[in-house]
Amino acid sequence: MEKVLIAFLIGGLICLFGQLLMDLTPVSISPAHILVGFVTGGSILSALGIYGPLVEVAGAGATVPLSGFGHALAQGSIAAVEKQGLLGAFAGGLEATAVGIAAAVIFGYTMAVIFDPKG
Amino acid sequence: MPYKFEELSAQDYDQKVQKIKPRPRVIKNAIWAFVVGGLFSALGQIIFFGYVGLGLTERDAVAATAATLIFLGALLTGLGLYDKIGKHAGAGSIIPITGFANAIVAPAMEYKREGYIFGVGAKMFSIAGPVLAYGITVSVLIGLVYYLFL
Repeated sequence: MEKVLIAFLIGGLICLFGQLLMDLTPVSISPAHILVGFVTGGSILSALGIYGPLVEVAGAGATVPLSGFGHALAQGSIAAVEKQGLLGAFAGGLEATAVGIAAAVIFGYTMAVIFDPKG
Repeated sequence: MPYKFEELSAQDYDQKVQKIKPRPRVIKNAIWAFVVGGLFSALGQIIFFGYVGLGLTERDAVAATAATLIFLGALLTGLGLYDKIGKHAGAGSIIPITGFANAIVAPAMEYKREGYIFGVGAKMFSIAGPVLAYGITVSVLIGLVYYLFL
């Protein structure tokens, strides 16, 4: 239960940060910019060894925001380089995120076919 | 000359609006983003515990949780509910992985009449595409740096 509360707090804070980024910067930031920014930002923080400890503490609070997707990409890439060398740099990121990407494609496609836009 | 004057006054006006308008909205938006983003994360933690309880390893449980949330985000978008959440929640509905699913389904659904190749198939990646392009590129670069220097 305590873990759920921590996930709520950290996950909430990450989104709060994103919202402030959208509202307080003079340039207009679209959702696409936010998503790309959080994935790349998450992987860089992960490679620098900063995001990993956050995941340890916050659990889903750090893995559910899209920066967690970036973390998975970076850690997958690093782990695969350790195992297979150079080839791992190309394989690791996608291997580690394959479930999520495949789920996004198949569920996304299916729902878009089944449903029509409202209003 | 009068053209330049007009441009300046428009800027002044903009500054005035910026000063007066956003304050209350910024705070309200921030609270909404915090609460909704937090709730999605808390839900993720509960789903994660569920999968661990079923005997999945932590690694697999994280992946399964992501897939489950993506399913939920896609379904809620299809039902038209995710947009209603997003109107208030802003980043709170964009940043969680459910928002990634939303970014796939919403344009794909919208452009369905352009067909299943150029409509659904292409538009589902109008936002997810850049995310994957930059995400994968950065992950390969990180792997290369790690390979070369560490």
